Amino acid sequence: MNNPQLNKHGEFQHLLSTEGLPVSIIRDILDRAATFIDNSDGLEIKNVSLLQGKSVFNVFFENSTRTRTTFEIAAKRLSADVVNLNIGSSSTSKGETLLDTVDNLCAMHADMFIVRHSASGAAHFIAKHVAPEVHVVNAGDGRHAHPTQALLDMFTIRHYKKEFHNLSVAIVGDVLHSRVARSQIHALTTLGVPDVRVVAPKTLLPNHVDKLGVRVYQDMEQGLKDVDVVMMLRLQNERMQGALLPSAQEYFKHYGLTQNRLALAKKDAIVMHPGPMNRGVEIDSRVADGSQAVILPQVTYGIAVRMAVMSMLAGSKA
Amino acid sequence: MKTHIRNGHLIDPKNKINALQDLYIIDKRIASIGKVPSGFVADKVIDASGLIVMPGMIDVAARLREPGYEYIATLESEMAAAVTGGVTSLACPPDTDPPLDEPGLVEMLKHRARSLNQCRVFPVGALTYGLKGAELTEMIELSDAGCKAFSQADAPLTDTRVLMRAMQYAATFGYRVWLRPQDSFLAKDGVAHDGEVSTRLGLPAIPVVAETIALSTMLQLAKETGVIMHICRISSAEGVEMLRTAKQGGLKVSCDVSINHLHLTEMDIGYFDANCHLMPPLRSLRDKAALRAGLLDGTIDAICSNHSPVDDDAKQLPFAEAEAGATGIELLLPLVLKWAEQDKVPLLEALSRITINPAQLLGQKMGHLSVGAHADICVFDPKATWKIEPAALKSQGKNTPFNGYEMQGRVRYTLLNGQVVFQQ
Repeated sequence: MNNPQLNKHGEFQHLLSTEGLPVSIIRDILDRAATFIDNSDGLEIKNVSLLQGKSVFNVFFENSTRTRTTFEIAAKRLSADVVNLNIGSSSTSKGETLLDTVDNLCAMHADMFIVRHSASGAAHFIAKHVAPEVHVVNAGDGRHAHPTQALLDMFTIRHYKKEFHNLSVAIVGDVLHSRVARSQIHALTTLGVPDVRVVAPKTLLPNHVDKLGVRVYQDMEQGLKDVDVVMMLRLQNERMQGALLPSAQEYFKHYGLTQNRLALAKKDAIVMHPGPMNRGVEIDSRVADGSQAVILPQVTYGIAVRMAVMSMLAGSKA
Repeated sequence: MKTHIRNGHLIDPKNKINALQDLYIIDKRIASIGKVPSGFVADKVIDASGLIVMPGMIDVAARLREPGYEYIATLESEMAAAVTGGVTSLACPPDTDPPLDEPGLVEMLKHRARSLNQCRVFPVGALTYGLKGAELTEMIELSDAGCKAFSQADAPLTDTRVLMRAMQYAATFGYRVWLRPQDSFLAKDGVAHDGEVSTRLGLPAIPVVAETIALSTMLQLAKETGVIMHICRISSAEGVEMLRTAKQGGLKVSCDVSINHLHLTEMDIGYFDANCHLMPPLRSLRDKAALRAGLLDGTIDAICSNHSPVDDDAKQLPFAEAEAGATGIELLLPLVLKWAEQDKVPLLEALSRITINPAQLLGQKMGHLSVGAHADICVFDPKATWKIEPAALKSQGKNTPFNGYEMQGRVRYTLLNGQVVFQQ
């Protein structure tokens, strides 16, 4: 089976998932992202014209202001022309098929599609059907993958921890429904993190999550013991329906990240969150705003990482 | 009309025939095997040198999509597909639009099928009105119209009291009840086996317990009501084991498996191949091995194609949104042969799963080459190899997870009632 993320010459063609992405490409993305950060201040992103004259289409079948905006900023920093399309509220609701939508967008001569869709596999599906010169970046497909989020998380970890091979990382929360968690797990294991843990009640874990190469914890205290990185996941409000959890209060009591619990991790452990946060549900405000949280730098690094991905796919050589 | 099939290798599981013998047909029936009937002068001679002559195949699950879904497939296209595959009898599930819950619909379907004169069609009637799982259909009327069994197809029947009453009523008149075990709550929104692949791909999952819980209910109610019960499309190792135990305990229950589940697993989904979006879902390697073992030891009685043509537009979607189902009736024989070769099952044994065994599930005296029987016959070349190319399939449904597979075994002649209805 061909790797759908590489073209027939083995070159990086689409970013669909961190699974099956060669470690050399992941490292290249992180290295290139670092060049976009102005070192004099540490949190300034440079403007570079690597995508001059290219058009990037943000195609969001599912609404997301935040992710779409960071892609838009990243594309503009690369001098690309950006078109935002909220398909969720137009074509498909009028009965147009996904393929027709894609064909129409291709006819508008896009160079790159940034795609978000509620169905797992949607980005793979679109990548299979676009013209060979068009690139697809998965900005989140169902429960499957959100690779740029995971890559910006890896960038953040590398920034604070330098290496991957000696880390313990705990991913806490709704792994079952989380495309972020799946992408994080594949990225961490690919980069050689020896101890990846998932922590959640059984209702929020896939039955076979251990097959992804992680250690499974139901107990928050044990799961956080001596870890270097705590990656929190967002808990969607609708999980209270469908008998997955009794209440947000009970969840916070047992799985919320409080200062006491964080104290079980290593002293220099960092706390990450993909946002948007539910304060008082999965994370206590004192932790979210505390000295160990790196949640806002994550957002800034996200722009650099997305610039790196886009310029590597469609740009001239940096 | 007198037909002489000469020099063929006859294989008939029911009569344990496995030898080079000539077969003589007079009009609709088999007149003699081995020796020429007195005064027989053939109007037509079929040279079967190097070919195998077997009873026409019987497929217990083939959707024809009529009435209601003619844009997906028609009787014409699917019956042509059937005879191309050497299938001379098929049972079609009641999940048409409207469902087969009225005698008039069944009669119309039978009439349409008869007029096409390609293959015998045995409609399976709806067990409940509209397949809604609430009210019983008029089973006697439906039976008189030609229904050989009653089923919910893939529609749920969650109310166990209705299920028990449906079985009691069917048992009263000796009707067969065919059910696919799947707990609709546990399977809700699921599109793939709850295993490694669904975990990796983030696909909503259907756990094995969805099958075993429903199966347990069905087996207990079958014992309680005494109904003639058939379990459709078993998919898990645990399910096979439960059926094995039930059969050993003396329960009169039968079971079938689809060709897809004999050959494929969740791994074949690869990167979201919607052709592998099937119901029940493709399960693990261990389940596949257990299904094969169950087939060999008789726990599973029959192999079916679970032929379900799907409109191309309904498949050209992300995995979870694509409609479940695959075309398959033209692939039944080569995939059974492939299983037989892989598991070293003698043909005499293997072919019983698509001839005499399914005939018994339908309660029909067919599926064998006996003197006096209807001459429904399939003649195939066991050496011929071919590649599955969707565009070349006769079925209007072109989606198959076996796309591009090399097959061995190709049908050369199909005879129905002594008449050649297909040859190539």
